[in-house]
Amino acid sequence: MSLLEITNLTVEFPTRRQVFKAVDGVHLTVEPGQIHGLVGESGAGKSTVGAAVMGLLDPPGRIAGGEIEFKGEVISGLNAEAMRGLRGQKISMIFQDPLTSLNPLLTIREQLVETIEINLDVSSSDADKRARDLLDRVGIPDPDTRLDQYPHQFSGGMRQRVVIALALCSEPDVIIADEPTTALDVAIQAQILELIRDLVDERQVGVILITHDMGVIADTTDRVTVMYRGAVVETGETAQILGAPTHEYTKSLIAAVPRPHKKLHRFPRINYGGDDPDFAIEDLARNWPVYEMNAGEPLLKVRDLTKRFVQKRSLLPWGREYFTAVDQVSFDIMPGEVLGLVGESGSGKSTVARVIAGLYKADGGTVEFDGDLVSDLKNKEVQRAYRQEIQMIFQDPYSSLNPRMRVDQIVAEPIRHHKLLTGSEIPNRVAELLDQVGLGAEARLKYPHEFSGGQRQRIAIARALATQPRFLICDEPTSALDVSIQAQILNILKDLQDHLGLTILFISHALPVVRQMCDRVAVMRRGGLVEVTDSETLFTAPTHEYTQELLRLTPKTENLYEPESAA
Amino acid sequence: MNGLRRFWDSDFAWDFRHTPVAVVSFVVALILVLAALFAPLVATMNPFEPVNLNLMNGFTAPGTPNAFTGESFLMGTDDQGRDVYSTILYGMRISLFVGFAAVTLGLLIGVTLGLIAGYFGGWTDAIIMRIADVQLTFPSILVAMLIFGVAKGVTPVEYRDQLAIWVLILSIGLSDWVQFARVVRGATLVEKQKEYVQAARLIGRGALPILARHILPNVLSPVLVIATISLALAIIAEATLSFLGVGAPSTQPSLGTLIRIGQSFLFSGEWWILFFPSVTLLALALSVNLLGDWLRDALNPKLK
Repeated sequence: MSLLEITNLTVEFPTRRQVFKAVDGVHLTVEPGQIHGLVGESGAGKSTVGAAVMGLLDPPGRIAGGEIEFKGEVISGLNAEAMRGLRGQKISMIFQDPLTSLNPLLTIREQLVETIEINLDVSSSDADKRARDLLDRVGIPDPDTRLDQYPHQFSGGMRQRVVIALALCSEPDVIIADEPTTALDVAIQAQILELIRDLVDERQVGVILITHDMGVIADTTDRVTVMYRGAVVETGETAQILGAPTHEYTKSLIAAVPRPHKKLHRFPRINYGGDDPDFAIEDLARNWPVYEMNAGEPLLKVRDLTKRFVQKRSLLPWGREYFTAVDQVSFDIMPGEVLGLVGESGSGKSTVARVIAGLYKADGGTVEFDGDLVSDLKNKEVQRAYRQEIQMIFQDPYSSLNPRMRVDQIVAEPIRHHKLLTGSEIPNRVAELLDQVGLGAEARLKYPHEFSGGQRQRIAIARALATQPRFLICDEPTSALDVSIQAQILNILKDLQDHLGLTILFISHALPVVRQMCDRVAVMRRGGLVEVTDSETLFTAPTHEYTQELLRLTPKTENLYEPESAA
Repeated sequence: MNGLRRFWDSDFAWDFRHTPVAVVSFVVALILVLAALFAPLVATMNPFEPVNLNLMNGFTAPGTPNAFTGESFLMGTDDQGRDVYSTILYGMRISLFVGFAAVTLGLLIGVTLGLIAGYFGGWTDAIIMRIADVQLTFPSILVAMLIFGVAKGVTPVEYRDQLAIWVLILSIGLSDWVQFARVVRGATLVEKQKEYVQAARLIGRGALPILARHILPNVLSPVLVIATISLALAIIAEATLSFLGVGAPSTQPSLGTLIRIGQSFLFSGEWWILFFPSVTLLALALSVNLLGDWLRDALNPKLK
């Protein structure tokens, strides 16, 4: 008998216009001591499956068909009262964001002991001892002192460990982990996944691991179920599904995963219901200005760049306290080069980009662009020219486009501002730009909310190209996107770089992505530069300890399926 | 036509159609506003034209014919024989005009200062918001009375009645800007962090175009909600001031003035002179307020 058996589960969300089927006939079983991966892109319905098992569907969602059996007992039709007895006790959940899943006003002891007392029939001194043991088990050093601390005194990774301890309090049989490591850095992700694996083996619990990350699936799970638009497309042993997928969708999904171990010319295009129209960037190249480059001279020179943020405000200069986000960083970017800037969250990589872009004022050091000192924001003439020659592509395509402006207005704004074209030339250029990023002419008259995340990022790219810049800063341009969309966007960026000879500063926390995109890589840690080398050396023979560590912790993808065209 | 159909089909319009309170409030408010707007057409007389008045008609009870003239009035007449129904229609014009104008003034000041405070931050922000804080420590009616008193002191006696309405608008508008400023500042702080604003800065756009083209359109929906609720409050504030005798003069009475005049007849049995203006004020303020409440919920995606 399986621990958890989901048969033909259908979840519906009735809306004003139609009934939306979020989950459509899903089968899934979990055995004791097994981690079952549930993978798919956003909107695939994987989180909804988890919520349905927990009885936590957001209204107006409802289970419209099928059954969920827990240890041979049907639980899908249970009332709220009975479900509450099960939820948290026999089935618990680990959420994505450790920041919000702990109560900030209670100490760790209060939260753990309370949960233990509610769920298990033990005395309070026993509960206290159990809480301590659990913290110890999930690898929190010095549990006696840590018990009396508040969540904010823990780092992100430590907090997620506490969340796991909390999920283990009631000695559950099934744990549903919904993107448990998505909010964490690679190093911490690896630790958390290892912890979950150990706990599963030790306690023989069953886990449903919901994630969008193929690397996590490959590293951790025993079995995997691939979902697409609410339905299961493929299920089986992890090694088999990832190594030799049979369904076209699974193939396209796996093919789009960036590999850290080798560089591809382009991501293979296996199209499955996505939106990746054909387009030619050569057209754009015809009108592109030829910039005179001083051969051998770097286009961008960054010297001793330092940026501090005020941490404690005060009227008196000596009463203020600062946090140094970027500490004496120096590097060059040659014309036509793609430089990757990698680091974990908080390493200062985005701050570097924003200082170079002139959005922040540097507290020390200089930035020179083509011989001009651009870190001096007061020099209006230099600034004006610079504004036209650099552009930036931001991380979140949902916040980088003004929701109240039409697409043609968004793309035309830089052209109008710099008075590059006049009259009817402007709509023509806008149409051309949109065409070149693979959006049709009808896109011009729509508003951003009518587009998907990938399409929005294309609009953002069109806007960035509107002034015909020489230098492009990409700040995590794909980390908010699904993996197949990421592959498309990265391909577009590569095409642009090839045909237009753009110089790019490419910022990312994901090493595999950096490997695919960059000629040279700079690794940052805690505001400082750890090493700068060419991409091949970094990935094959990293010199710095920290880089080696980062590489070691990146989920492995060697055994993933590779389509023939990828070579 | 196409745009109209799209609007009818939108979630916003759908939500409206399925909220009975909103529909009823909207209909009531619309009838009252239209009645005030077309007062000369729907009123039986212009009650402030002495030619139309017959003192013999004074104190006619609603529905019953006058003992001397035989004339009958829907809502009765006051001491000077003015038709209460008509005075309400004309009074509502003043009330609504003062309300709309005061809210517009408060909105313009508040939104401008809120945008500036939120976008520039630092000292500018500190000074503007401290002024707002100080003003909030006084009840707004007190601020209005203060401004009204000062204005009355500096204007010559012969212009006082003519200027009274404008002073009223100024005093209510100036006591009203703080909430606009606070909400807009908060929304601006959120919006300016968003990447589309950074993208505009990157292009080289200055502060003014960014504020006008990018931030302002995105902070307007909470402003719309506050403006609606403020309208109800401004109408009530005007009525309060007029009731206290510092507002609209009796030659140009607003609903508040009518209530003030009416309450002196309450104990001698002429209840209708007070009752009908009060009910109208209630209906007007309540319907606008409920409409504002619905608007707040409808425009807040988190409540869906």
